[in-house]
Formats: sequence, C-alpha cells, structure tokens
Amino acid sequence: MDQTLRSLRFRKEREESWRQLETLLDRAERHAPKSLTDDEMLAIPALYRSALSSLSVARATSLDQALVDYLEALSARAYFFVYGARATLLERLQGFFAHDWPHAVKLLWRETIVSALLMLAGTITAFLLVSADPDWYSAFISPEMASGRDPNATTEFLRSTIYDGGDSDGLGTFATFLFTHNAQISIFAFALGFAFCAPTALLLVYNGCTLGAMFAVFASRGLGVEFAGWIFIHGVTELLAVVLAGAAGLRIGWSIAFPGELSRIGAAERAGRQGAIVMMGVVVMLFIAGLLEGFARQLITSDIIRFSVAAATAVAWSMYFYRGDRGGLAR
Amino acid sequence: MGSLASTADPDIRSLVTPEGVDLRVRLAAVSERGIALMIDLFIIIGSLLALTIGAASLFVGGDSETVAQIIWLLGFFVLRNFYFTLFECGRRAATPGKRLMGLRVVARDGAALTTDAVVARNAMRELELYLPLMFLAQGATETETWIILAGIVWCGIFVLLPFFNRDRLRGGDLIAGTWVLKAPKQTLLPDLTTDRPAIADAKYAFTAKQLDTYGVKELQVLETVLRRDEETAIVAVADQIRTKIGWTKTTYETDKEFLNAYYTNLRRRLEQRLLFGKRKRDKHDAT
Repeated sequence: MDQTLRSLRFRKEREESWRQLETLLDRAERHAPKSLTDDEMLAIPALYRSALSSLSVARATSLDQALVDYLEALSARAYFFVYGARATLLERLQGFFAHDWPHAVKLLWRETIVSALLMLAGTITAFLLVSADPDWYSAFISPEMASGRDPNATTEFLRSTIYDGGDSDGLGTFATFLFTHNAQISIFAFALGFAFCAPTALLLVYNGCTLGAMFAVFASRGLGVEFAGWIFIHGVTELLAVVLAGAAGLRIGWSIAFPGELSRIGAAERAGRQGAIVMMGVVVMLFIAGLLEGFARQLITSDIIRFSVAAATAVAWSMYFYRGDRGGLAR
Repeated sequence: MGSLASTADPDIRSLVTPEGVDLRVRLAAVSERGIALMIDLFIIIGSLLALTIGAASLFVGGDSETVAQIIWLLGFFVLRNFYFTLFECGRRAATPGKRLMGLRVVARDGAALTTDAVVARNAMRELELYLPLMFLAQGATETETWIILAGIVWCGIFVLLPFFNRDRLRGGDLIAGTWVLKAPKQTLLPDLTTDRPAIADAKYAFTAKQLDTYGVKELQVLETVLRRDEETAIVAVADQIRTKIGWTKTTYETDKEFLNAYYTNLRRRLEQRLLFGKRKRDKHDAT
C-alpha cells in the first residue's frame, strides 16, 4: 500500500508547474519582459491560475505550512505580474499628453481660480504697499533675491536688468537652475496641500507678493510695461504651472477636510492621484518655462516680441487645457 | 478589500484576486520600511557624492564648465524627486532598499499600480522626509530655536503618521491609495515527510488516541522545530510529546526520528479528517 501522504502526492504532481512559473517570473522581473518569447508570455497567466488553484487545494487539504506559504508568495508575485500595468512607456506618455493631463487640469478648474486669485491678491497687496511706502520692499524680497533691484537703485540699472542678457555662456546653467528650483517649489507647494490647504495658500500669496513688490519698483520708474514683458515671456507658463501646482495641493487639503459623499480616505485618494497627473505636467511646463526664461528672455530684447511670445504661450496653454471635452479619461 | 482577514494575525490583509482566491497578504512593518528608507537614502547620498565628484572633474577640465553645472543640477533634481518614483514604476514596484527588505508598493484596491499613484505617494516625501531634514539641518545653525522646534513638531505629525493607523499608511500612501506589503521571494522547502522512507516502520505504530492528542497548531509548531533542526529544541519537544501521549522511548529510536514519525502520522491523520471537513485547530479543539 502506498504510504505517501495524499498532500505529498498532490505536491509532487504540481511541483513542476510551480517551478516553471517561478523561473519565468524571475526572468521577467530581472530582465525586461521582452526577453520572454510569446509562448512564455502566454504561459504565465495559465501557470498563475494553476498556482492559484493549487493554493486553494493546499489550503483545504495540506497541513504543510511551508507549502502553503510558498504558494501564497508565488501566487501573489504572479498576480502582481499578470494584473500589473500592461502599457508601455510610450503608450503611457501618449495617453498622458493626449487626455490624462488636460482632463486632470480641467477637473481642477475651481481650485485653479482660487489659486490664481490668491496669487493675484498677494501681487496687488504687495504692489500697493510698496508703492505707498518703499520700506515694505525688504519685507517681501530678500537682498540676495533683489540683487540690487531695490527702490534705491537707479533707473538705468533697473533698465539694464531687463534688457542685458548677460554673457550667453551661462544660459544653459541658468535655465537648468531655474527649472529645478521652480519645479522643487511647485512639488513642495503640492505636498503642503496635505496639511489642510493653509501652507499652500500662504506659499501662493507669498509668491504673488514678490512679483507685486518687484513690479511696484519698476513701475515707479515708468518701466512697468517693460518689466511686464520681461516677466511674461516665461511667466505665463511659469506662473500658470505654479498656480496649477497650488490648485492640486488645495484640492488634496480640501478633500481631506471636506470629503463630501466619499469616505475621507477615498476623497484624499482621488484628489491625490488627479493631483499627481497635474504635477507631472507642471514639471513639464516648468521645463519649458526654464528654457524660455533662461534662453529666450536673455536673447530676445524687443518688447513686442516678448509680448508676442507671452500671448502665444497663453493661447497655446488655454487651447490645450480647456478646449472641448475629449471623452474624459480613457482608463 | 482591505478588511481584516479571518485571522488572529493583525498584519494579514485580504486581497481577493478576480479568480476569487484570497491571497492573504502581509503588511510591511514600520521597522522594515524604515530600514528600506535608510538604504535608499544611503544610495541617494552615495550617488550624489559620485555625481559631485564626476561634475567637479569635468569642471576642472575647463571647457565643459557649463555642462558640468547642468549635469549636477539636473542629477540632483532627478535623484531627489524621481529616485523613488522611477524605481517604483518598474516591474518590482520597489526601490532597491525595499527590494532588499522584500517589500513592494501595492494599490490598496488590488488593481494595477499606476504611474500617478506612484508620483503622488512620492511627491509627499517633500513634506514627510525632506522638510523635516531641512528643519533639522537648520536647527544646527539658526538661532530662533523655538521656530525650528515648532517646525519639527509640525512635521512630526506627518512623519509619525504610519504609527497611528491600522494599515501603517504614511501621508503619501493615503493620498495615492497605496500600501506597502511584504512580498518576499520564497523557495519551496522540501516536504518533511519525504525525508523518511520508513514511514510505515512498525516500531512507530501510534494509536488513534495518541494521534488525537494534538491539533493543527501543534503540528505546525512541530514542523517549525523540525525545519530549524536545533538539537536542544528537538530533545525538549520529543520528551514533551512522549510524556503527553505516553510513549516509552525504545533504545533504537533517536529523538529526531521519533519526531519525524510522529509528525508524519499526525499530519496524515489530521489531513484525513480535513477531507471530511473536520479541522482540529489545536489540542483543546474537541472535534
């Protein structure tokens, strides 16, 4: 009479297919899935299902704990592979630019308006304060940031900061610095939203304040229009990016505080994922803004061309984000 | 999903596949995640040093000054913001630190882990990791101690979040709908009953009563003892079982052999009963 345990016989019958699945998963995880042949790719789901059924049988009939543990780990690994994201990087990028990003931005329209108003409020306040009393200037802008552009500077100097591009050697570095610095601040503004909006809102107002204070100084010397051209050639893109980052942060804080019909965690999750899509786009926008600020602004000194670029970017972004519905998220 | 599985173990969560099988996954411990983070930070700082040295050597070269600066700025930016994101978007859904600790990031609803979820959970690191680090760095230099202190306390709320919820979610997990699970690679250990060819050996004819003394729980403890194969534990357990079931040790039997035989027979008995739908949980279970 065969004295082998029934559960051991079961294991001997199935063991081969488990090992096969393990080997395939090892290869797929270590190298790109492309290294598997079509047959092998097709084999994984079948082997995964057989491992799952083995797991069910083992749980019901085997008391070998090591076997059940092994099958649980193997099934989970295969599950993550089989039901993991299938899209290639290229497909993901296409989906992102074609609908995910503009759609996510559009959904944030309320927060975008609030965020823009906060920044505008900061700008106007600082402008009025500095116009009335130049002493306020140092409250908004540190000496390093001002680098001489303060209320005591001569008009010639201020004019020179707007039109002198500096030597063209350092432009690449300058653009890169601007991009990484701005992107870092935007990501920070987004993350701060988690703390119930307030820090994000403060950051937005403060950002507006620096702009308003600077503007006040230049406007007091009759350089208002010139300064606007200097700011808006890249500022349309950059400020919009900062406003969107702030909006995404506000949405998170707002969802946690007032989840509405969803559960608090559910609301936070939806806001977080949508916000993340917006943030990926924000980094792209700031990259473009960095190029405009680092190169275009330094090389183009004509006010008319500067304003044309500003207008063109404004039209381009609003067309991209807010034109008719594209059928929503494809997912 | 996400509900407690029917188990005493508080770290087990149910994850039901579309095929209807519960995978019973295990949450990663805060300590494991902490160590994984340390490893990752170590790698980041190491890469940063390498990057700086590399850029500096280019810089000294003269002509490539600009290139060196750009490489350094971009490298720093990518390391700080996308180290975690890029690795977690990969097949293993884990950074090198997490891989070493056998962890992986998983969407809480069991669906595929999307890029936006990974980006969301890692953007929050600004608040949970880098901001506190900045406060700490400033604490060493700035004079306004109480401001720094207030900052650290405020950040502490976010840093310590994983300690205060059942699923050990940090802020990033919360807004991304993810959690971190144990996903170890396990090797299939040999079945203990295969090691003994002489299972039917007449000298280990246990009576039904002797086999009914223990249940599944004790069987699994016995399995662990046999797999660890430590001399003292084996002697102690063998003695305990002999006393309990009233077995007299013969001169020929070794403790290990006895335990192996008892394990095999007990498992056969319990598995047979399992087929009839009776699961004797432990020695107190009267079924």
